[in-house]
Amino acid sequence: MKSGTVKEDPGVNLARGILEKHQLMLEKPAVGRDLEKSQELLIPLLQDIQDAYGYLPPPVLEWVSKKTGIPISRMYGVITFYSQFYLEPKGKHTIRCCQGTACHVKGSQAIGEAIEEYLGVKDGDTTDDMQFTFESVQCLGTCFLAPVIMIDNDYYGEMTQGKVKKVLERYSKS
Amino acid sequence: MRDKKLKNYEDLKSLHKEIDEEKSKVKSRVLVCMTGCRAKGAEELARTFREKLDVPGMEEIEVVDVGCHGQCSRAPLIMIEPEELLYGDVKPKDVDEIIEETLINGRVIPRLCAEVEGRAAAKAPDIPFYSGQERDVLKNCGRIDPQKIEDAVAAGSYDAAAKALTTLSPEDVITIVKDSGLRGRGGAGFPTGLKWGFAQQAAGNEKYLICNADEGDPGAFMDRALLEGTPHQVIEGMLIAAYAIGANNGFIYVRAEYPIAVEHVTMALEQAREYGLLGNNILNSGFDFDIQLRKGAGAFVCGEETALIASLEGKRGMPRPRPPFPANAGFRGKPTNINNVETLANIPLIIEEGSEAFHAKGNEGGRGTKIFALAGKVKETGLVEVPMGTTLRQIVFDVGGGVPDGHTFKAAQIGGPSGGCVPAQHLDLPLDYESVKEVGAIMGSGGLVVMDDRTCMVDVARFFLEFTQKESCGKCVPCRVGTRQLADILNKICDGKGEPKDLKKLESLAKEVKAGSLCGLGQTAPNPVLTTLEFFRDEYEAHINEKRCPAGVCKELISFSITVDDCIGCGLCKKACPVDAITGDSKQPHFIDPDACIKCGACHEVCPTNAVVIS
Repeated sequence: MKSGTVKEDPGVNLARGILEKHQLMLEKPAVGRDLEKSQELLIPLLQDIQDAYGYLPPPVLEWVSKKTGIPISRMYGVITFYSQFYLEPKGKHTIRCCQGTACHVKGSQAIGEAIEEYLGVKDGDTTDDMQFTFESVQCLGTCFLAPVIMIDNDYYGEMTQGKVKKVLERYSKS
Repeated sequence: MRDKKLKNYEDLKSLHKEIDEEKSKVKSRVLVCMTGCRAKGAEELARTFREKLDVPGMEEIEVVDVGCHGQCSRAPLIMIEPEELLYGDVKPKDVDEIIEETLINGRVIPRLCAEVEGRAAAKAPDIPFYSGQERDVLKNCGRIDPQKIEDAVAAGSYDAAAKALTTLSPEDVITIVKDSGLRGRGGAGFPTGLKWGFAQQAAGNEKYLICNADEGDPGAFMDRALLEGTPHQVIEGMLIAAYAIGANNGFIYVRAEYPIAVEHVTMALEQAREYGLLGNNILNSGFDFDIQLRKGAGAFVCGEETALIASLEGKRGMPRPRPPFPANAGFRGKPTNINNVETLANIPLIIEEGSEAFHAKGNEGGRGTKIFALAGKVKETGLVEVPMGTTLRQIVFDVGGGVPDGHTFKAAQIGGPSGGCVPAQHLDLPLDYESVKEVGAIMGSGGLVVMDDRTCMVDVARFFLEFTQKESCGKCVPCRVGTRQLADILNKICDGKGEPKDLKKLESLAKEVKAGSLCGLGQTAPNPVLTTLEFFRDEYEAHINEKRCPAGVCKELISFSITVDDCIGCGLCKKACPVDAITGDSKQPHFIDPDACIKCGACHEVCPTNAVVIS
């Protein structure tokens, strides 16, 4: 998932293109077996919308629901089940602090706390200036780098509390 | 451009020959790991090599981006072919020397080699990390460019699939896999051939094959390495499996947290279609098969097969009771076979070498090899492939080099949140499905996290229970409420508020959650509690009765202080302290105010003389 810049206006133009890509720009909302087939694509659809908008803007979801016939309740059910869907705009950079087993035994908790302190936000929140979103994740699968954090798509391994500030400062300016 | 489509087995063989001829023109190859090593600057390293080699006279040297070499602790790691030299911790500034000394003059650079008993070891057989392994499934990982199907074909990929599709019947394939003794590498260890047989015999023509690449166990990364390093091996395994059960459609369900794996698999699928290795009438066998890639959206429970199917159907990823098993009623209610990445990556090998060769490796408790992701408090971290039944001691000490910094081995956590902690007295335990079960753990997907005397086992149990509690989907009560209660009790003990009766409560509750939960997540969630209670009861008792954390981890039970005699007054701790709890003048002993201290450990981390002590 890319944490691109957050769009001011959650217009539906991007969503229209995504529905077309999934062949879901239907004449009228689907029902019955057709609806079931459309619903199978719900997760890839939401992932694409999130990639395009940076998050899942509720007005866009409502528009998609009307177009496809997928009930909005169904959408929210799915969105709130999975940890990687966001209903609120995210910061320019996403910081993921791994809390997997290897990271845990190597002190990742202190790393997470140092990030929270530096940014002044709690796990899952975004800074007021919309620069950073911070979240703890279960395992990034790069245990040899433990403790590890990931900023956007870049890994920073063998973290210490001291390194947190140095690494984050680089992103604060950009 | 000519049509790349391979029309039959002969076409594949001639393509193989063509690529071999093309490759024979290359004199040397520099293989740079472009997966895990990216985090340690592999991209810049490869770029430097390419720039410096882009001069006349260097045309016969090729720089190749490859998958994981395995020894991640020496990242970035490169291999130089044909000599098969392994250089670790390579920096862009080393490139000139490598070109001059090794690539041109053929000399080894000792400082970039592994150090073995004081001597430089350049080749895998001389390095204990590799000599203790048998890399069958990982044979091509780190040796081929995962972004090029031609590299995979040159290494023999799709030969086994071609053989199966054109010379064997689906029943033959299933028999071979059954005879090989292969069991699922994803966790539970169900015999793969048997599973395929069920799906093959299930009624109906519409069947599905799913590759479970939702590697969620914290501490496991072998599936990531396979998908990133040799995606065609997994696709080939799927092709053979699909042929055996009669599925025309397949899915790879991969974790969204693995962007490189997603990228490589997407590419590999496109290439396989281009070459006609996916699509209609593959190699003129009359068999049609195609694969779609689906990304997970962040839910650990989706590693459970019925939950994964629900997720593929666009629903909340919640498991359902079995039977009916997916083999009879899976995706869209049709017969569906689900295998893990590593299981599928074993299939081409079995078809190629035969079931007997495969069966000859390992023991009664498991056949073939198993890949472990070695991490935690161990010198050499990375991917380790050993025959089933290799002992924990061999993996941690011979291959992994033991615990670093003079600390002692306490336990190995096997199998992630579903597994258990195996203590030092069981170091000679052979790691296979059955033996691991006997000590209360499970093989799981193969995560192996080493813990030393600085690891608190109560804290580890709490860590896993908090994990499973968060990931519990909430459908069944024993798991939803039980994991919460277990986590609460463990939190209470770690906070120094534990009571003696808590241990009994933990034990009885753990057994109930195990017995009453709907799916594997809940059924195995108590394993970390039960194994630590069995092997490290004294640590629980110290927390409860003495309000003491022997490993010095649990915050409420420890305090930080500075030993006056050891303090040199450098002021680093004072600078590092986020709450200004440390006072002291320059070059004078410093002090920590226990009331202000938040026990973050920052001072302990920066102290150059180890004067900051935890008690």
